[in-house]
Amino acid sequence: MATDTQRKLTAVGHRRPEPQRVKRDVRLFSRLGQVALVIWAIVVVVPILWTFLASFKDTTEIFSSPWTLPAHLRWENWGRAWTKAHIGQYFLNSVLVVGCSVFGTMLLGSMAAYVLARYKFWGNRIIYYLFVSGLAFPVFLALVPLFFVVRNLGLLDTYQGLILVYIAYSLPFTVFFLTAFFKTLPSSVAEAAMMDGASHTRLFFQIMMPMARPGLVSVAIFNVIGSWAQYLLPVVLMTSDSKKVLTQGIAQININAGYAADWSGLFAAISLSILPMIVVYAIFQRQIQSGLTAGAVK
Amino acid sequence: MRHGRVPFIIGFLIAPVTIYVVFVIWPYVQTFYLSMTNWTGYQTKDWIGFDNYRRMFREDVFWEAIKHHAIILVALPLVTIIIALFFAYLLNIGGRSRQGTGLKGVWGSNVYRIVFFFPQLLALPIIGVLFTTVYRPNSSGLIDGVLIKLGAQPIGWLTEKNLALWSVIAVLVWQAVGFYVVLFSAGMASIPKDILEAAEIDGATQGTLFFRVTLPLLWDTLQVAWVYLGIAAFDAFAIVDVLTVEQGGPDHSTTVLAEEIYRNAFQNGKPAYASAMGVALFFLTITFAALTLRVTRRETVEL
Repeated sequence: MATDTQRKLTAVGHRRPEPQRVKRDVRLFSRLGQVALVIWAIVVVVPILWTFLASFKDTTEIFSSPWTLPAHLRWENWGRAWTKAHIGQYFLNSVLVVGCSVFGTMLLGSMAAYVLARYKFWGNRIIYYLFVSGLAFPVFLALVPLFFVVRNLGLLDTYQGLILVYIAYSLPFTVFFLTAFFKTLPSSVAEAAMMDGASHTRLFFQIMMPMARPGLVSVAIFNVIGSWAQYLLPVVLMTSDSKKVLTQGIAQININAGYAADWSGLFAAISLSILPMIVVYAIFQRQIQSGLTAGAVK
Repeated sequence: MRHGRVPFIIGFLIAPVTIYVVFVIWPYVQTFYLSMTNWTGYQTKDWIGFDNYRRMFREDVFWEAIKHHAIILVALPLVTIIIALFFAYLLNIGGRSRQGTGLKGVWGSNVYRIVFFFPQLLALPIIGVLFTTVYRPNSSGLIDGVLIKLGAQPIGWLTEKNLALWSVIAVLVWQAVGFYVVLFSAGMASIPKDILEAAEIDGATQGTLFFRVTLPLLWDTLQVAWVYLGIAAFDAFAIVDVLTVEQGGPDHSTTVLAEEIYRNAFQNGKPAYASAMGVALFFLTITFAALTLRVTRRETVEL
């Protein structure tokens, strides 16, 4: 009924599309859109869900019925992945390296950024641009000499070495972002603290750091996710099997699973490395989204 | 205010600057030098000028890798941005309620945003391994398992020479879309509602609203997205190394410069030659970033 009147009206010929037509156009558009959204959500979720299901199957089930539920939950696959394939070890290595390096990056990065943002001295700009220029260079440009630098320092295949390298490559963005952030903080509080006789160091740790918390949180999240995903640096710098980080380890498991034909173990290993991210994401969803996108907007 | 100022500044800068110079700046500088030598990693280095570069330009694999970068460089940003823009528009502006003109996202916007963003959290090597199982060309693969059930021939997603690179790009798009949906959403949220409402009252259709109003106001964010995705296109090491057969195969059909640098430096014992490739990669990345910012520069719309 409504569409009939509408068609007649359109036939009469209106220059401007009147509300009725716009509305139908809108409804069609958002219908199609809804379908597309659902499809993409399926495309994102299904591979992950399917991996979790497959991690409970045995090899016969994986090959004969890839789309059905496992006959029963075979937790032994997960156990095998955790111990025999060393996912547990790799996971803890990653936690250790990422934890230490992000802590180091935040401490050193905010110290440098604070001094560069709030103190005038000769060489300030040079050091600032030295850091910022690092944003423009791909890690690959440094890769070959980096390996030999680390080797000559006796740090090859050590956690300390990898942590130092992670810190070094996280500094450009951290310093760039935090310098801008420290500049926006009001100076009145700092001046008052100085009047009361606080030292520069105390001023930084007890007053400026707490004030800069939102910025620090964003950068820390950015660095955690970046370091967690790092693959190239550990592949080059960590050689012994027991010291591998998760990204390296899972690639290794993938290759080994091919030889041993232990597909359910591989699925369990993938699930084990995805699961913690789901938990972390469920808790910090908002902070993670804003932390990661803040990096791109700046 | 002045007491202890200089020791404080030095004390705060010494550690970060030292670490940065030793592990970042010094290797960068050395790469340029190494690329002009015949160093094998052990003996003394001889200066050989541009010989490494000449050899590199004659090598087919190098040009293969460049070609793949070019393909990824066009396909990845284009596909990702189109999909992400469409979704971001739906989630923020496009799904207007039936009654009245309230401009808002479709039902369940937040859930979609959360789900789409999730792959961004997974490390690329983990995604790579996940997709080796998805693409497996027998009944245990996610896609080919279905095809076989339906009685079709399985497809060698990663073993077919003409298909492998596209399978890799698809994975990169799969991961990237969610991030750009969130990024564009943030951009769209900053567009004042009254502008959109005014356009709507003037009878703008969805098309006009999207192309003539939203897009121009989002130009800066799009530019950032293009540069980011382009830079990702010049890396792609993790995904190629983990996902593809023979690390860049079959028969070099998915290889990228990063993979060749790694292979030459750490497997073939040619670190000097690898350094030359590193320099080439550097100039490509820089040229791309500068060109993009140049070409896409437009008057920013002042609000």
